[in-house]
Amino acid sequence: MTVPVVGGHPALPRVEPPIVQLLTPEGERVEHPDYSIDVGTDELRAFYRDLVLVRRIDAEATALQRQGELGLWASLLGQEAAQIGSGRALSPQDYVFPTYREHGVAWCRDVDPVTLLGLYRGVNLGGWDPTEHNFHLYTIVIGSQTLHATGYAMGIQRDGAVGTGDPTRDTAAIAYFGDGATAQGDVNEAFVFASVFNAPVVFFCQNNQWAISVPNERQTRIPLYQRAAGFGFPGVRVDGNDVLAVNAVTRAALDRARGGEGPTFIEAYTYRMGAHTTSDDPTRYRIAAEVEEWKLKDPIARLKVHLARTGQADDTYFGEVESQADRLAEHVRTACLAMPDPDPVTMFDHVYRDGHALVDEERAWFEAYHAGFSDADGGAR
Amino acid sequence: MTAPSPTVPEPGERPRGRRTTIAKAVNEALRAAMEEDPKVLVMGEDVGKLGGVFRVTDGLQKDFGEDRVIDTPLAESGIIGTAIGLALRGYRPVCEIQFDGFIYPAYDQIVTQLAKMGYRSSGTVKLPIVVRVPFGGGIGAVEHHSESPEAYFAHTAGLKVVACSSPTDAYFMTRQAIRSDDPVMVFEPKRRYWEKGEIDLDATPLPLHAASVVRPGTDVTVAAYGPMVRTALEAATAAEAEGRSIEVVDLRTLSPLDADTLVASVERTRRLVVVHEAPTFLGLGAEIAARVGERCFYHLEAPVLRVGGFFLPYPASRHEDDYLPDLDRVLDAVDRALAY
Repeated sequence: MTVPVVGGHPALPRVEPPIVQLLTPEGERVEHPDYSIDVGTDELRAFYRDLVLVRRIDAEATALQRQGELGLWASLLGQEAAQIGSGRALSPQDYVFPTYREHGVAWCRDVDPVTLLGLYRGVNLGGWDPTEHNFHLYTIVIGSQTLHATGYAMGIQRDGAVGTGDPTRDTAAIAYFGDGATAQGDVNEAFVFASVFNAPVVFFCQNNQWAISVPNERQTRIPLYQRAAGFGFPGVRVDGNDVLAVNAVTRAALDRARGGEGPTFIEAYTYRMGAHTTSDDPTRYRIAAEVEEWKLKDPIARLKVHLARTGQADDTYFGEVESQADRLAEHVRTACLAMPDPDPVTMFDHVYRDGHALVDEERAWFEAYHAGFSDADGGAR
Repeated sequence: MTAPSPTVPEPGERPRGRRTTIAKAVNEALRAAMEEDPKVLVMGEDVGKLGGVFRVTDGLQKDFGEDRVIDTPLAESGIIGTAIGLALRGYRPVCEIQFDGFIYPAYDQIVTQLAKMGYRSSGTVKLPIVVRVPFGGGIGAVEHHSESPEAYFAHTAGLKVVACSSPTDAYFMTRQAIRSDDPVMVFEPKRRYWEKGEIDLDATPLPLHAASVVRPGTDVTVAAYGPMVRTALEAATAAEAEGRSIEVVDLRTLSPLDADTLVASVERTRRLVVVHEAPTFLGLGAEIAARVGERCFYHLEAPVLRVGGFFLPYPASRHEDDYLPDLDRVLDAVDRALAY
C-alpha cells in the first residue's frame, strides 16, 4: 500500500524509458545502436568468473556475519554485473569513490576481499591504502563521496591529465552511489560542480530500487538518468544486470570524461536481491513476488546461459570457476577468523599527522591507566 | 607600558615600522603560499573576480589564474567536499567560508569527512586543507553574519582550530596552517579586518599551536582569542589606571589548546577570566575552566570566571552592543575575581 501524498500527484505520463541492453535475461546477445562491444570468449569467461567469485565472497561474508564474526555486512547480491561491468571498464590510473557496497568494484581494483571485512568486523575503519589501488575508502554517509570524486576530477584537470589523447595519462574519477543518494544535497552539489567545471567524472548510480525500506517513488518522480539533463550533462539508463551493457556504457562515459568532454550520469537499473544490510528485514516492506520477478533477470544466470548456448564454455569451465570460488571463500573465512583485534592503544593513532597535545595527553593517561592494572595482577592486561 | 610580544598592536601605540590590516596580512600570506607551492589553491564564493566580500583574496585570481583561485558555485558543502577531492589528488586547498553563519551547510563534510578521513585511512591519505572563517559580531550585520561557531569544530577530533588577532599572527598563522598536513580551521576576527597594526615579517613566528602572553601582569589573567584580544588589552589598560595589573593571554590555538602557557600564567596571577564572543555555555571557556581547575586547584584564589555571549541566538544588530562582551563586562569579571 502506498501512502497518499497530501494534495496528490498529477499523474505523469508513463513512458517506459529506453534502456541499454546487450544481453537479455534469457541470455541472448542483442545489439544497440549507440553502444557496441566486441567481446571475445576469454573476456566473456572472465566476466563470468568475476561475477561468480564476488557473489561467493558476498555469501561468505553474510555467513560470517550470521556466525557473529562480522558486526554487519552490506550485501551486493543482485548487483554483481553493475559492479563488475563498470569496474572492468576502468583504467589503472582512474580513481574510484565507492559507497560501502562496492565489493565487486574493489575486486576489480585488486583489493583483497579479506581487507573489506575489517570495517565490518570492527578492527579498523577501512583497512586498505586507497592510493595503492586508486580505490578510495568506503564512505558510509550517503552521497558524500560524489563531491570527493568531483574534486578529485577537478584536480585531474589541473594536472593536465585530461584530453591529451594519451590513454595512459588521461584520467577519470568515478563516483558510485545508490538511488537513495540522489535525494541528497551533496549529490546535487556534485552534479553542479562537475557540470560547470566540466570535470572528468562519471556518476555511477546503482538504482537497486530500494533505499533500505523506501522505494524509488519516494526519491524521484522521473527516471533518475533524466536528472542529468537538468544539470547539463548526459544521462543514460543501462540494464544493471547486463555485464556487457554496463561495461560498454561505462567505457563510453569514462572515455568521454578522459577526453575532456565532462561528466556522465549512468543509471544502472538493477535490484537489491538481499536485505539492505544484515541488520535489515525486507519482508517488512516489500513483497516476495517482486523479488521473484527479479530473480528471472539474474546477472550470472543470463551470462552462463549465453556462454553454454554459444559453446564458449561448458560444465568443465563452470566447475573450475566453482572450485575457485570455494577456495576463495575458504581464504576469506580463514583470514577473517585470524584477523586479530587491534592493540587498544592504536586507537590513538592517525587522528592527526602532525600530532595534537590533547591526543598525546589522553594516550599517555590511557597507557598509565592500563599499566596500573598490570601491576596489580601480575602483568595481565 | 611595554608590549612583550610584537604580535599584538597596543591601542594607540605609535607605529614602529610597516603597518597593515589583518585582511591585507591574510592576503599577503595567501599570495606567498601560492608563490611557494603550486599545489596551493584558493576556493570559495566570490573569492576570484571580486576578491572576496571582505577583499581578503583581492588580486589573487588576476595573478594566479582561475584554475588556482576558484570562484565556486554557491554551495558550502560542495566547496569543502570538492576541496577534499582536490586534496586527495595532491592539492592544498584554502577554502573561504564567506561568513560564520554560512558554514553549517558544510558542517557534515567538515565533521564527517574532513576531520575523520585521515583517521579512517590509518594515515594513508592526508587532507592538508585550510578552512578560513571570518567570524564574530560587531559589524551591525543581518542574521547569520556575526556568529562564533568555533566550539563546534574544536569539539571535533581530527580538526585543528586557531584564531588570529593581529596582522603578524594573521600572516604567519595562515602560512603555518597552509603548510600543515592536518586540516586547520582559521577563524579570522572580521570586525578587526581593517584595523591597522604593525606587521613584522622578519619576526620569528610563534608555533601555530602556542598561546602567547601579549601583556604581562600580576593580579589576574584574562584569556581571549580573535576579536576579544583587543578588548582584553583595552581592559588591561583601563585597569592599570585603577592600579590593577592584568595579564592578557592570546590563546591563538583552540584545538589543541596550549594549556601549559595558560597554567603557567594562572600559577603566577592565581585568577583567570576567559573571554569570548561565543555563548559561555559549553564554550571554550567551559573547557578552559575545567582544565585550569584540575591543574591549578591549589593556586587559584577565585573560581575561573567566563565572559561571553548570552545563551541566545545572535540577536538583531541593535542589540549587539549589549550582547557582546565589552571592556566593562571584562572589568566586571576582573573585579569579581579579585573580590574572592
